[in-house]
Amino acid sequence: MCQHVESTEINCLLCKNVRLLICLCSPFRCRSLPAQRKIYMRSPPIPEMATQEVQLNETLAHLKTESETLKSKLEEERAKLHDVELHQVAEKVEGLGQFVMKTRRTLKGHGNKVLCMDWCKDKRRIVSSSQDGKVIVWDAFTTNKEHAVTMPCTWVMACAYAPSGCAVACGGLDNKCSVYPLSLDKNENLAAKKKSVAMHTNYLSACSFTNSDMQILTSSGDGTCALWDVESGQLLQSFHGHAADVLCLDLAPSETGNTFVSGGCDKKANVWDMRSGQCIQSFETHESDINSVRYYPSGDAFASGSDDATCRLYDLRADREVAIYSKESIIFGVSSVDFSLSGRLLFGGYNDYTINVWDVLKGTRVSILFGHENRVSTLRVSPDGTAFCTGSWDHTLRIWA
Amino acid sequence: MKEWNIKCVNSFSMEKVIVAMQDPDMGMKMRNQRLLITVIPHAMTGRDVIDWLIQKYNICEEEALHVGGMLVRYGYIYPLKEPRSLVLRADETPYRFQTPYFWTSTRWPASELDYAIYLAKKNIRKQGELMEYEKERYSLLHKRINHTWDFVVMQAREQLRASKQRRKADRIVLECQEQAYWLINRPPVRSLTLHYSAVLYHTIESCRRALGRNRVKSSICLEGFVKFSEQYQNHDPIMQGCLPSNPWISDDTAHWTMNSEIVPVPTRLRVERWSFSFMELLNDPIGRREFMTYLEKEFSAENLCFWQACEDIRHGESSKIIQKVEDVYKNFLAPGAARWVNIDSKTMDKTLEGIKHPHRFVMDDAQLHIYFLMKKDSYPRYLKSDLYKNMLAKAIVPQETKKSVFPFMRRQRHSSPSPAQAVTQVTEEDGRAMGAGKAGTNSAAGSHV
Repeated sequence: MCQHVESTEINCLLCKNVRLLICLCSPFRCRSLPAQRKIYMRSPPIPEMATQEVQLNETLAHLKTESETLKSKLEEERAKLHDVELHQVAEKVEGLGQFVMKTRRTLKGHGNKVLCMDWCKDKRRIVSSSQDGKVIVWDAFTTNKEHAVTMPCTWVMACAYAPSGCAVACGGLDNKCSVYPLSLDKNENLAAKKKSVAMHTNYLSACSFTNSDMQILTSSGDGTCALWDVESGQLLQSFHGHAADVLCLDLAPSETGNTFVSGGCDKKANVWDMRSGQCIQSFETHESDINSVRYYPSGDAFASGSDDATCRLYDLRADREVAIYSKESIIFGVSSVDFSLSGRLLFGGYNDYTINVWDVLKGTRVSILFGHENRVSTLRVSPDGTAFCTGSWDHTLRIWA
Repeated sequence: MKEWNIKCVNSFSMEKVIVAMQDPDMGMKMRNQRLLITVIPHAMTGRDVIDWLIQKYNICEEEALHVGGMLVRYGYIYPLKEPRSLVLRADETPYRFQTPYFWTSTRWPASELDYAIYLAKKNIRKQGELMEYEKERYSLLHKRINHTWDFVVMQAREQLRASKQRRKADRIVLECQEQAYWLINRPPVRSLTLHYSAVLYHTIESCRRALGRNRVKSSICLEGFVKFSEQYQNHDPIMQGCLPSNPWISDDTAHWTMNSEIVPVPTRLRVERWSFSFMELLNDPIGRREFMTYLEKEFSAENLCFWQACEDIRHGESSKIIQKVEDVYKNFLAPGAARWVNIDSKTMDKTLEGIKHPHRFVMDDAQLHIYFLMKKDSYPRYLKSDLYKNMLAKAIVPQETKKSVFPFMRRQRHSSPSPAQAVTQVTEEDGRAMGAGKAGTNSAAGSHV
């Protein structure tokens, strides 16, 4: 018994042997701690389902052991060529000085949580989407709203600007990705010209145009990614391999322009070949859902942000994780990451309303930015690297420079 | 669905902080707190929490308030005085650690039964004590688990009876704990459908493939990052600033005007970037144009034309693929073609075979071959050529405009022509202003939606 305060016992009415003990003092000084975890109520398992479960479990157990063996072999192989850490290589690099970034613009107009945003190639326009179903196109420089569309669903979790600047794509709980051509005719109802392109069997979590307005890449809560032809709505390629919801994706800035990376609730980041649909590389070191992935500007690596409160850097040629960006005082998940133009800085938007700025090479935190009044849900650096934009559950977007 | 599930909080890290806080040696100093006439043991003040966080993690007051506030919001610490106000106050307000039994991360299946019993207890203890949303849920639960409702009421009564036998201090604490837990928790919503075995097969497959791949030593890869960041540092506006000024800071769009897609004279930084990689040169419209001019002098412009035509096939409309492939064949690949490109016979054969059934990627191999040809041969020679050197010499280096030059003037933020303007049809000729299209328009006249 705990010596600080009297404990009380309750006899369970279902099974008289299990007793509930609730200790009132600090749980780490009480010796009856294990007893606290006994569950005093549980619905009895249905016998029939139990046997089916056992059979399925046996096959799975076998596959699982094989999978685990191969994984540890792979880790051994990867470790053989790991002869130095990133921060060691970066010792000779000059440290970064005082860092001052402020909110330069605040975009108000959404009636609910902002979930996603994307920049236009003209470096000043953005599109943003929100929980209330609204998708707004802004000239972020003047803070004017230029277009607005009301989607037929709530929770528009993904939006993207077309490379030409003439259209936007968006989707969310409607399981689709739709493309809206932008027209300057004020009398024109944008919703009328809408084109349904992608169809998934669960929510749309992210979308991105490839190098042109003609193809869109999507990721979904149904565990797959897909490449679509905008004109015909035809599925060009689908990508299977995630074990749970896929939450994010990013296209590689490579010479051949054929790969992309995706991250999901299965804690995996997968690199895919767009032509064949094959998963060519896979990384599983995060401890929780991966909310955001972004390529390093050279295309040789990518960063990820996760609910485990860390950002990580994965090198594609070394085929391994090469850096972790974390701090003991940061205990909230990362919703969104992006690099500055030179790749020296990594910006992370966190669920504790802040933005942390990391020195990619040295692995240290350079700055913490306050300002939003709720979770930061999305973060993107502008195409010319002059600023970055954040969207938040506090209904606003901010431009920082 | 993910966003609604409170478990997307990183409970594991939060628990580490809580455990550290309760460490017998390095943890927080706790004391008895008076709550009206009752004395509650092992409590602490908000001020204590903040001071401990500042000291332990070497952070400032603002960040500590922030972190501590989160611990309260997610139920690891609860306030004794105003249980519904889940805020951390940096003063003498008393708080207590939540028992691990009630942590959000504990794999205690917070079932409907548990919630129903909790609400039933509240209802029995004092009529009308349930909040509106609790009343709604209570009646919903009553409908859903009606078959076990007798059990629910029986458990509720039994627990209430047992609690009456406790000392007042214990009772208050228990009630606080339970209330704090249910204030924060919600029935988990899971909508995952997994095909476990299919997924495992995928993992096994990709592991096998990965074991066969070639890897590069870390030292080489990581050195690459250092070099890249160094090379691009001057071009990174957030790191080094940009000339004449960052438009977001100074409200002056000169930087954008000087760096638009097509300008008479590009800036020096821009021309320098063409020498960083072949992709940089091709991605810049002016760079590509200059390179074309150079290739024309060398009589190998057909390579770049071919590459561009292939890009067009890859990224263009599906309906035009067949026609485009035919045109490319006629102009570049057919024997005796006007702009015949030099591809090795193996690739040529493969491509010609593929053209019989044209698809989006049919030109990929040929395109790649020509791309690497230009990259290895023409590109390095272009960088050494007079054409490039002259470009570099006459490139502009803008003067820096210091913000202090305009200390009291708030600059007008001018609209810019929207890219969507190109699509809008101009039906009249009477010069109707095209919305936000007119350069220099006052921002107040911009469209409002």
